[in-house]
Amino acid sequence: MTCATPIQKKSIRFRARSFVAFTLTPEAPLSDWLQDLDQWVGNSPGFFAGRPVVLDLNMLKPLADEIAGLIAELGERGIRVYAIEADSDTTLGADLPPRLTGAKEAMGDALLMQQPEQNEKAAAQPKVKEPQSPSSLMIKSPIRSGQSIIHPHGDVIVLGSVASGSEIIAGGSIHVYGTLRGRASAGAQGNAGARIFCRKNEAELLSVDGWYCTAEEMEPSSRGRTIQAFLENDVLRIASFA
Amino acid sequence: MGKVVVVTSGKGGVGKTTSTAALGAAVAKTGKKVALVDFDVGLRNLDLIMGAERRVVFDIVNVIQGTAKLSQALIRDKRVESLFLLPASQTRDKDALTEEGVGEVIDKLRSVFDYVFCDSPAGIERGAQLAMRFADEAVIVTNPEVSSVRDSDRIIGLLDARTMKAEQGESIVKHVLVTRYDAARASRGEMLSIDDVLEILSTPLLGIIPESQDILRASNMGAPVTLSETMNSAARAYIDAARRLEGEDFPVVVPFERKGFLDRLLGRRAA
Repeated sequence: MTCATPIQKKSIRFRARSFVAFTLTPEAPLSDWLQDLDQWVGNSPGFFAGRPVVLDLNMLKPLADEIAGLIAELGERGIRVYAIEADSDTTLGADLPPRLTGAKEAMGDALLMQQPEQNEKAAAQPKVKEPQSPSSLMIKSPIRSGQSIIHPHGDVIVLGSVASGSEIIAGGSIHVYGTLRGRASAGAQGNAGARIFCRKNEAELLSVDGWYCTAEEMEPSSRGRTIQAFLENDVLRIASFA
Repeated sequence: MGKVVVVTSGKGGVGKTTSTAALGAAVAKTGKKVALVDFDVGLRNLDLIMGAERRVVFDIVNVIQGTAKLSQALIRDKRVESLFLLPASQTRDKDALTEEGVGEVIDKLRSVFDYVFCDSPAGIERGAQLAMRFADEAVIVTNPEVSSVRDSDRIIGLLDARTMKAEQGESIVKHVLVTRYDAARASRGEMLSIDDVLEILSTPLLGIIPESQDILRASNMGAPVTLSETMNSAARAYIDAARRLEGEDFPVVVPFERKGFLDRLLGRRAA
């Protein structure tokens, strides 16, 4: 989060506004990190266009004269650095973006999309620095084929049905009060305690924390029933509600 | 090195996906290793027609973006050992495909499989152009009616201009596959004749598939007609077309309407 307190000449009123900014945290070795970034930008061209980016240097801890080079590297990739997040022993020259402190993690659809279904076990997800305050997302309309609902922190509640060929990816649990015919991935950010609940299971794929089960692998007895899916000793269990 | 065959048409609804599944299954039944690739990202259907929609975990977009290996995304058919499917993604769009990514995937498939069939999306935009980009041969699926033939002509122009083969100065091998041919309507002059179609497209004929209720039933059951109902006239026509695709040379028989004594007795069954 960035806070800007513009001081206006006409009336002495301070206004605080908050904006959501992306934080990029470079890691050593820098060349590898830039290569990963290039691959990421290649997959999502135009992603950073017009988005405010804050550079978090607490991981890299670069020397003062390296920072300008890094910002130039990012500039070449069309990423404009609005501010730098660094602890006080990193000196920032006057030609660099200003220092920011006291950031809070933001949530919402503006966060980076991640592929939750890695093989067998989700790959190392970036560690969240502070505990999230999860929020739940309630969707009152049916989810159609081709739609993708991504809610990285918290539960997703769907009052209607989830069509075949759509997907829900949630950091927390997924509750579907209609028929679930699409794909549901709960605990996508590495939450093994997440569960999937649905009133009628016709799912193409259920996955919790990267462990998945396709329609083909499900017990026929769980199809068309009210079920919950959860992890038990690293096995995805699909149990019907009695 | 395998052969990459794109199944394309320009117009939608002429039977590209059905033909991809039927031809691929027919070739695989002869023991060849066959991969079917669904390029219709955002409107995938090939997995439904192959009856594999309940087994899709990863898709072509995951492979291109490096989140899954090709071997993880390929689904082996349960009926024919040597038949594999690479499904498309439903929740993304055609922009998720990159030319380099598609090229890499096709090259890998080419090195492993004898035949790679690419099911092109309808239209002449990016998706269709990516599907044909790396092909060695093309099957142009056409219905015997004016708009379909015109769109096929447009696609043939693209095949000769925009494919890698064309850009390297070679020419891509093209075949016309006439589908949904209704012998009764053709005999009444309500459809373009086969000769007209071939004259407009001036491309060799691969086969004529009669209009058949059984194809719809096979599609809904998730079994290509060449696997499920091999005695059916449409299935036989597809099996013959697959033999011609593999280089056999024998004449195409135009289906005609039999009006025998038995047919009058048993109701009308074309071809």
